[in-house]
Amino acid sequence: MKKKVLGALLVTTMLASMLAGCGGKSASNGKVLNIYCWNEEFKSRITDHYPNYTEVDATTGKIGEVTVKWNITPNENNAYQNNLDATLLKQEDAAADDKVDIFLVEADYALKYVDTEYTMAVKDLGITDQDVANQYKYTKDIVTDSKGVLKGLSWQGCPAVLFYNREVAKEVLGSDDPAVVQESVKDWDTFVATAATMDAAGYDMVSSVNDTYRVYSNNVSTKWVVDNKIQIDDNIMKWVDDSKKLVDAGYAGTHELWSDDWSKGFYPEGKVFCYFGPAWLVNFSMAADQPGSVGNLGQWGATVGPQGFFWGGTWICAATGTDNVELIKDIMLQMTTNEELMTGIVKKDDDFVNNKPAMEAMAADTSYSSAILGGQNPLAMYCEGAESIDLSNLSAFDQGCNEEFQKAMKNYFEGNADLNAALDLFYKAVEEKYPELTH
Amino acid sequence: MKKAKRGKVVSYNKWGYIFLIPFITVYVVFQLIPLVSTIVNSFFENYRSGLTQIGPTFIGLANYKEIFANPDIWIYAQNTLIMWVMGFVPQILVSLLLGAWFSDPSLRLKGQGFFKTVIYLPNLIMASAFSMLFFTLFSDGGPINSILIQMGILDEPFKFLSHVWSTRTLVALMNFLMWFGNTTILLMAGMMGIDTSLFEAAQVDGATPTKIFYKITLPLLKPILIYVMITSLVGGLQMFDVPQILTNGNGEPMRSSMTLIMYLNKHLYSKNYGMGGALSVILFVITGVLSLVVFKFSNNKEK
Amino acid sequence: MISEKNETSKGFGIKARRGIAYVVLIFITFLCLFWFYILFVNATRSHSEMTKGFTPFPSTNFFVNWKNLMEGTLPVWSGLINSLIVSSLSAVLCTYFSTMTAYAIHAYDFKLKKFIFTFILAVMTIPTQVTALGFVQLVSNMKLEDNFIPLVVPSIAAPVTFFYMKQYMESTLPLSLIEAARIDGSGEFRTFNSIVIPLMKPAIAVQAIFTFVSSWNNYFTPALILHNEKMKTLPILIAQLRSADFLKFDMGQVYIMIAFSIFPVILVYLCLSKFIVQGVALGSVKG
Repeated sequence: MKKKVLGALLVTTMLASMLAGCGGKSASNGKVLNIYCWNEEFKSRITDHYPNYTEVDATTGKIGEVTVKWNITPNENNAYQNNLDATLLKQEDAAADDKVDIFLVEADYALKYVDTEYTMAVKDLGITDQDVANQYKYTKDIVTDSKGVLKGLSWQGCPAVLFYNREVAKEVLGSDDPAVVQESVKDWDTFVATAATMDAAGYDMVSSVNDTYRVYSNNVSTKWVVDNKIQIDDNIMKWVDDSKKLVDAGYAGTHELWSDDWSKGFYPEGKVFCYFGPAWLVNFSMAADQPGSVGNLGQWGATVGPQGFFWGGTWICAATGTDNVELIKDIMLQMTTNEELMTGIVKKDDDFVNNKPAMEAMAADTSYSSAILGGQNPLAMYCEGAESIDLSNLSAFDQGCNEEFQKAMKNYFEGNADLNAALDLFYKAVEEKYPELTH
Repeated sequence: MKKAKRGKVVSYNKWGYIFLIPFITVYVVFQLIPLVSTIVNSFFENYRSGLTQIGPTFIGLANYKEIFANPDIWIYAQNTLIMWVMGFVPQILVSLLLGAWFSDPSLRLKGQGFFKTVIYLPNLIMASAFSMLFFTLFSDGGPINSILIQMGILDEPFKFLSHVWSTRTLVALMNFLMWFGNTTILLMAGMMGIDTSLFEAAQVDGATPTKIFYKITLPLLKPILIYVMITSLVGGLQMFDVPQILTNGNGEPMRSSMTLIMYLNKHLYSKNYGMGGALSVILFVITGVLSLVVFKFSNNKEK
Repeated sequence: MISEKNETSKGFGIKARRGIAYVVLIFITFLCLFWFYILFVNATRSHSEMTKGFTPFPSTNFFVNWKNLMEGTLPVWSGLINSLIVSSLSAVLCTYFSTMTAYAIHAYDFKLKKFIFTFILAVMTIPTQVTALGFVQLVSNMKLEDNFIPLVVPSIAAPVTFFYMKQYMESTLPLSLIEAARIDGSGEFRTFNSIVIPLMKPAIAVQAIFTFVSSWNNYFTPALILHNEKMKTLPILIAQLRSADFLKFDMGQVYIMIAFSIFPVILVYLCLSKFIVQGVALGSVKG
């Protein structure tokens, strides 16, 4: 009898584990390429531009004999990093086909991964300095570790500009010519003044004050974290002051970036004058493929805006322990150095790619123009921006700090807290996320 | 009789232990060991900085000191209780009312089956899906605002999730909707169980329905009411899914809708096992004390 | 005189009270169903239609939204299947072993009986969340992350289900029946399986449904254990919707995803509703 009970128990547990085991497929060595990322951007670039890639379904593909597995975890609230951390820490013990091969990182936390053993040096993949000579220097600085070793590559450059709704510009400012619009947004005081005009005409200047955040936070003079102490830069406090004014006057909302409410202005009905962002924003995020959206109608224009800045960018890193070195090398080279492929990305996706001579040539080429931007060629603007990007003030904690700062300040803008209480909330939230920090 | 049986029964009694093996084994492995290791963890500094593990280092009561050094935990406890009460009070009132109506033969309500089916429905909805639904419905540009504006009630969208009380009300409303059906059916069953001759006698004495309700139904329902109260309180202390997803884990605005478990989840999420452990132990004590208080209180009154 | 007055006010009162009761009931029905109606309507509309404001009537975009969801990166089908596996196994294990535990306490007389019974009642109110930390560590030490075992097996020890079963047994399972079986030479284990279990069927069915539903809805524990996309259950996927860049701002997909996880349950419920509603009442009478 006893045996029977135990037997029944055993059978059920075995059944459970068998069912559980169904999730993971197994294949022979080096046959699976695991890519960890947080959205579909890289996947769609590979699908559209990488030779020999065929899509099987939304999360798998094939390159020749190799199965490509996309592990997509959303970025929000560190979910992507937590998942990646857990997987990388188990990398050594994992079966060859379960090991991470490629993972993507953003500027905000690139250092966290680049400065560890978990990321392979690009040199060890067989990529030489000569191969990447045409790339913008800043894109290499971000993923260079403290010993000066280059550990990742990017296909894109992310100098950012101001995208404005041409129809609104015509109606309120009298012209949609970038030079004319630039006059109305040339510095922050003028920007606020224009916001009043927009408000009078029934438009929000920006969808959310969080839109302008990156412009301020990129022009700082200190890092977020120095010696494990949290610092708030003066320019960030200026963002708080300016934004409070915009919100109080009703010129802008307080939506979180990427929320549905934030994205309302991607459609004419949303009544938003402008967004701030790099080239990938206008293509990837602004619903250009949806009929009726501003982008679909070709009604965005681009201009420099009050201050130059950069935002985001995606870097391709190879994980130590990968069994697909050759393939990763080829993907990196194709995507980040193949000029023909990269100009294809510009033409199809309106992105700005990481190839200085090619971009400068295209900027001067009158035959290229962006449909989303109503026939404008914004590349010259991007080229100029890419030259001036300064990355000396990045820290490994930027993502958490940026995210929590905007969340905390929302309370101040909406009148649920005074400035000090909101700042305290920010410190508290960051210290929960990164227990090693103090303020 | 018992004595006569005894000789026989003894030989079977080992089966009592045998049948308890699965429960005890699983309980020890998946509940007791974790409970002990949670307690042990609370005395250590143990977290991950980037990809480097810090600790575990024994630090005594430092984690507890840190938690009690600021008033946050009491604020979150208060939030949890406020939102629970806001949901529970209407829940019990509406349930009593509906239960009384459904079980009142003189009312002869039609379509009872339909109404019971409907009110129990929200209880089966995935809390995460339900709160995600409420989040989209009540977002600044969502359908509720759109409807209110179309009806001329509002001029511009009301930011439901940017105000302390509207956020809490939404959480309470969801909890109410999810649980009042369940409570109604429980109470109704209790009311049906009351000896009908009591009602008849009262009616003969000329008592009004209201009087009958207060003097007969309510006192007799007490055991069930207490059961409902305890289960709801324990459930309320565990409040997590609804505010977590509605406010995206932040308990906005200004953490006024952050519950105890959401706070615990924050530490678990950032893999801070030391602080998470200390917090778990405190939560464990709080739930224990509260259950005991309710239990004692209800027992005393009965006697 | 007093009674006469009462009579008339009662006659009037019943009609009025019935009226009020219907009004309140209809209002509450509205309150329960309204949200699901909006969900249904919006699941049939395209994103650009929704940015123009709400309309009370369904549109024609249902299949387009459905197709977008199916072709997207969110593994909805595996999520559904995972949820089904975890919930069904939990329900089976939980009810079977809870009945067994309750039977042990109910039918046998042994030294530790009282202690164990009190112990189980005492731990009934411990929230699972307070042991979550140790649980996660244990699971990762046992290398059971991204596995269903830590989600399914612990349901064997379910104090609440045990309590319900114990209550039910007291009213429906006379010890003399077990005595009779013993006299017929039936082994204890066989008696349990062939006599006790069939007698407990109504209670098992009710608890199976409850366990299924609570496991189906569980978000806290799976979110800590499951990281692999292919292993995730529906509630985790739903929570991921909250970070919208995942779906490129297509609210049509968000609504249809919510509908996908809600409407099947509603359908099943409508078929079983009588049974369920009765079941809730069943256990409580003695509570």
